[in-house]
Amino acid sequence: MFEITAREDFSDVTYLLEIEHPMLAKAARPGQFVVVISHERGERIPLTIADFDREKGTVTLVIQAVGKTTLEMQQSCEKGTRLFSVVGPMGLPTEIGEYGKVVCVGGGLGVAPVFPQLRAFKESGAYVIGVVGFRNKELIFWEDKFKEYCDEFIVCTDDGSYGIHGLVTAGLEKAIEEHSDIDEVLAIGPPIMMKACAETTRPHGVKTMVSLNPIMVDGTGMCGGCRVNVGGKMKFGCVDGPDFDAHKVDFDELLLRLSRFVPKEKKALEKWQKECRIQQQADRLVEQQTTH
Amino acid sequence: MAQQPKTIRTIPQDRTAMAEQDPEVRVGNFSEVALGYTEEQAALEAERCLMCTDPECITGCPVEIDIPGFIQKICDKDIRGAYDIMMKDNLLPAICGRVCPQEVQCEIVCTVADTLEPVAVGRLERWLGDVAVKEGWTSVPYIEPNGFKVGMVGSGPASITCAADMAKAGCEVIVYEAFHCPGGVLRYGIPEFRLPNDVIDAEIQNLTRLGVKIECNTLVGRLFTIEQMLDELGFDAVFIGTGAGYPSFMRIPGEALNGVMSANELLTRVNLMGAGHFPEYDTPLNLGKKVAVIGSGNTAMDAMRVSLRLGAEKVYCVYRRSRIESPARAEEVEHAEQEGVEFHWLTAPVEILGDEEGNVHAMRNIRMELGEPDDSGRRRPVPIEGSEYEFEADMVVYAIGTNANPIIGQTSKIKLNKWGYIDADDNLATSIAGVYAGGDIVTGGATVILAMGAGRQAARSMKAYLGITDSDTVYRPETKKMDGKLFGIDAGQKNFSRVHLAQV
Repeated sequence: MFEITAREDFSDVTYLLEIEHPMLAKAARPGQFVVVISHERGERIPLTIADFDREKGTVTLVIQAVGKTTLEMQQSCEKGTRLFSVVGPMGLPTEIGEYGKVVCVGGGLGVAPVFPQLRAFKESGAYVIGVVGFRNKELIFWEDKFKEYCDEFIVCTDDGSYGIHGLVTAGLEKAIEEHSDIDEVLAIGPPIMMKACAETTRPHGVKTMVSLNPIMVDGTGMCGGCRVNVGGKMKFGCVDGPDFDAHKVDFDELLLRLSRFVPKEKKALEKWQKECRIQQQADRLVEQQTTH
Repeated sequence: MAQQPKTIRTIPQDRTAMAEQDPEVRVGNFSEVALGYTEEQAALEAERCLMCTDPECITGCPVEIDIPGFIQKICDKDIRGAYDIMMKDNLLPAICGRVCPQEVQCEIVCTVADTLEPVAVGRLERWLGDVAVKEGWTSVPYIEPNGFKVGMVGSGPASITCAADMAKAGCEVIVYEAFHCPGGVLRYGIPEFRLPNDVIDAEIQNLTRLGVKIECNTLVGRLFTIEQMLDELGFDAVFIGTGAGYPSFMRIPGEALNGVMSANELLTRVNLMGAGHFPEYDTPLNLGKKVAVIGSGNTAMDAMRVSLRLGAEKVYCVYRRSRIESPARAEEVEHAEQEGVEFHWLTAPVEILGDEEGNVHAMRNIRMELGEPDDSGRRRPVPIEGSEYEFEADMVVYAIGTNANPIIGQTSKIKLNKWGYIDADDNLATSIAGVYAGGDIVTGGATVILAMGAGRQAARSMKAYLGITDSDTVYRPETKKMDGKLFGIDAGQKNFSRVHLAQV
């Protein structure tokens, strides 16, 4: 169970894992996520389903190594290894309705999670404009995969090494300027990016949905740890979302709540890095011994 | 066996005390507080049962355990016999003995309680359950497979009880659990010092010995729906025991601050994910030095006592009514008081205050007084004007109740009632044929024993639906009057058209 059937590294921080789970692949719908525990003492982390193959029976996750758990997984998850627990699909599936024209915006890590929706919109007959943003040219991934399903494809890089020189909001603005008939914008990425996209579309009155990423524990609606403020009402990101109306989301509150474990995260990371260093030293010593 | 009938004067007068960990010691560990009876203590307490001819304790019990029956066997030193009697009605004695509110169920109607302290039924039940676990006893009868396949959604007390009954009737049973570990609220909600994981594991193992399969990491509703279970996955009947774990908040200012969480989040992080052992376990918990818990039910008591054990310097209980109205089990309130929780009765929070970094640093409350009773019959708390006051706190935990988990409602056409719980009739049948529901998802947050009772009721209904007749339905000894019976034979058994007369 939960065997990793493929591993790909897009950069030294972003990696892809393909997991064998036929029932999950069959049930997964765009916009949903899974909760993963990598080992028995691990924590539960939500990861958006970046792709699914119902015939092959696999589900794809694209992960950014930012903290102890994702760094550890980057080190230990190879083809053939297993995760301790993968459960889902969770969350309400994205509403793909009958739209004429949509813009799907993915920033950084958000590029992978926006793919299933983008593909679903295209398959439903909509005109799809894909906008993706990366820090620089080296970090770009899935360009061909996106182009296959986009009528227009806009790439932005922070340093201008490829495509539009600017943040992903620059690409979004370009799309809005050129198309006055956009039905919906879907934006996924770091909260600051989603907030910026919301502010970009607000003056134009374009319906904008975002996929929120609060800290979660169970993912099934029983703890309230992922609660977000949407239009003054309290919603749980895991069962009422993860998609919400971007113009109603209180992003400041989301950012505050996302930072509540920063000291603990730092402590966990330092401990793990220290253990890695010790392990490396031990390995080196063993190597020296054996070469003597 | 002939002996003088017992009277209130001949039985041991004092209720046999049960050893407990010392309060000062136990706030530093997660080991069990109540240490259970020894064999001698159990024998002594069993002598206190008067063996009433019309035992009210049986009807006081939500699953009608034959209490005098098993106690008599303990007196007769037939412990295995006592266990067999217990197991006819209660499949989880080691659990129920620890968490049932016996003081409002069997013990409150005990005849002995008219004069002395009631017979400690709960403690005897727990002792019996523990002996069974230690000896590795199971009552696994010969089971004849009947070809039916039934599914349980959730692996909490309602589902595992229903699963055991259906397995004994010969069905193939699969229990689905969303978490990575079975037990439901027994595991994530009730802390180790009240209900050790070993006990839960032993009871779950009994289930697997009956042939029940438990599949964790399976979120029914999303991985597959209830309808798919019946249409595609080959299930003949389904029981839904998903619980009521959607926590309530108060919507007062400050709820988004760092340090505010529901009791479910606190308990899940600690009990299920090992947050008390961070960083050996990856799940963190920001434990405060001064913890305020809002509410005074069992969940609130658990949250308070867990906080103490994790190192909180001060733990406050803030409850808008008084101690008498507290819905928690009496023993839990006593233990919390002994452990040093500071109770602010007749107090309700008004605002949670934070510092510039967004961390909780105080809570403002208002004093309450009790006015007229509300719909639940309890006196309604009314704020006292101008009585607001603040105290310092760096963690605030909400334990004010829960609502129905929404996932089954979101993914199925099953009928819900106006509060979002699953609509079930007296037989626990839902609006979908073959689908039954019980426990908190039907009633709202309640107790383990009620969930178990619902699991048994649903099993009876499911067997009737599937057309399975088994020993439980036909030969179940009736403790009430002979309604619906002819010469002690269940009127439902319409197999007889002739009664053979004895030849004289």
